[in-house]
Amino acid sequence: MENRVNVLFTKQIKIVNFGIQSFYNDNKKQGVPSVHVDWKPVAGGNKELESILDDIL
Amino acid sequence: MVKAQITPGAYYDSVSLMIISNAVKKLEGVTEALVGMGTDLNRELNRNNPNLNSPEVEKTTPNDFFVAANVRDEEVWKAVLAKVDEKLNEKKEDAASNYYPATLEGALKIQPDTNMAVISVPGKGGHAYNVAKNCLMHHINVMLFSDNVSIEEEHELKTEAVKRGLLVMGPDCGTAIVNHVPLAFANVVHPGNIGMVCASGTGTQEVSSIIDQLGGGVSQVLGTGGRDLKKDIGGIMFKHCLEALIADPETKVIVLVSKPPYPLVQTEVLKMAKEGKKPTVVCFIGGDPVEIKSMGLIPAVSLEDAARKAVALSKGEEVKTFDGFDASPAEIDAIVNEATKNLAPTQKYMRALYTGGTLCDESMKYLLPTCKRIFSNIPLQDNDKLENKDVSREHTALDFGDDEFTVGRPHPMIDPSLRAERVLKEANDETCAVILVDCVIGYGSHEDPAADLSDAIKKGKEDAKKAGRDVIVVASVCGTEGDPQCLSKTQEKLRNAGAIVMPTNAQACRLVKKIIEKIG
Repeated sequence: MENRVNVLFTKQIKIVNFGIQSFYNDNKKQGVPSVHVDWKPVAGGNKELESILDDIL
Repeated sequence: MVKAQITPGAYYDSVSLMIISNAVKKLEGVTEALVGMGTDLNRELNRNNPNLNSPEVEKTTPNDFFVAANVRDEEVWKAVLAKVDEKLNEKKEDAASNYYPATLEGALKIQPDTNMAVISVPGKGGHAYNVAKNCLMHHINVMLFSDNVSIEEEHELKTEAVKRGLLVMGPDCGTAIVNHVPLAFANVVHPGNIGMVCASGTGTQEVSSIIDQLGGGVSQVLGTGGRDLKKDIGGIMFKHCLEALIADPETKVIVLVSKPPYPLVQTEVLKMAKEGKKPTVVCFIGGDPVEIKSMGLIPAVSLEDAARKAVALSKGEEVKTFDGFDASPAEIDAIVNEATKNLAPTQKYMRALYTGGTLCDESMKYLLPTCKRIFSNIPLQDNDKLENKDVSREHTALDFGDDEFTVGRPHPMIDPSLRAERVLKEANDETCAVILVDCVIGYGSHEDPAADLSDAIKKGKEDAKKAGRDVIVVASVCGTEGDPQCLSKTQEKLRNAGAIVMPTNAQACRLVKKIIEKIG
């Protein structure tokens, strides 16, 4: 079976960045299509609330 | 006086906040400062710091943003808050001019054909795993920079990725160049026909940069994270990447870089490379070359040697092992004689201070037979674990990127100040003869990592001179002319500060070996 990573090698890289924003800034400087996600921990990092949300969702 | 300000309901990424913390600490009249979210880690950092230990911070939750500082007076505290506001406003202005969606689904509305995710959110609490899993479900390849992802999570993500024909590079993967785009910490390397699969961050940067310096180029540089070739993961992603390079028409030569893998995994990887029938250079740093040779593959004695052999193969030239210097033996002898002439009899030891973990590992493996023992935070021998990372002992090698040094701080390649301070400290130790340092440039790294380092080298050498001795500094720069910081400009800066700048880490280690042998 063909390894689909080889298909990726023929495409333009388009990036979504989660976390350290300077990585996104570097992509933009190089003209690489990129979107930065304004990521925040689920339930503001409150583990109890997160687990309740997990159960509901 | 210790002051604190708490703002509930604000969130900023940890690297930005650590950089703001450092900016605040440099203000006149500030003894200590911590700017962050009220996470378990930050509360612990506050509690364990006798100069801080703010009761207000102790009460924060992960949803609270706080500024805490030990300041001389109210005026200084006002300056602290003003500095934090200034830095946060820079971020807000940027956010106002660029729309940042809150979710992957939002990002895909803006850029529907996204095919690569770079993820550096916290690994603890399953955050990085959840984001990576969601990306895979949307058929997006993943570069997972985050650490603290469990073995089970890594195994599951990689198995899912292979099933879907996708990449999961990481966790703890710092370097990749995919379709000539450098991701996270990577250098500007010319396009070419050498493909690399690597389970080592700065090792990858060193090999790919030297390939560029020698006039070669890369097709793809794929990272897997350091655990991939261990027993628990079994090389899932390493083999997936190798298979892709074997099938890739642009890749004529393959380079594999890692610490020595788990034996069964090593055999599987080498067998796959052999069956791939493309010339393959294998650099399993410090590993046994016998099995590599028995498969008809080419072992490398150092990261530099791997790059040289790959470039020779890519150009159809004769493949020779390189374990020497670019300079002639006479030139090297002259450098050693000149460098050692003003050392005092007390100066016997080497201090290797690295920002790159693989480069530190390579230096210890090369210098151990000469030094006999090298004390370290990442020791080669269990007995040589440094009791206190802040106090060197005899021959010492430190990886400033290891967890012990990065709690509550950015990686030293982003913020090299801690390593620079240590250079100055070692220069003032009357038993230290030679300081060995790396300087890693490229995307992701500090905009001028040689600035703090060259100031420390200059001051350290002046201090040693005042004490009636000299101290030798041997440096190498990992990077390329095309990098934003520029290889030759960075080398020049270090040379002007008084360092002996060698072309590669391997040659820097060889020079230090000669110096240690000379001073006996």
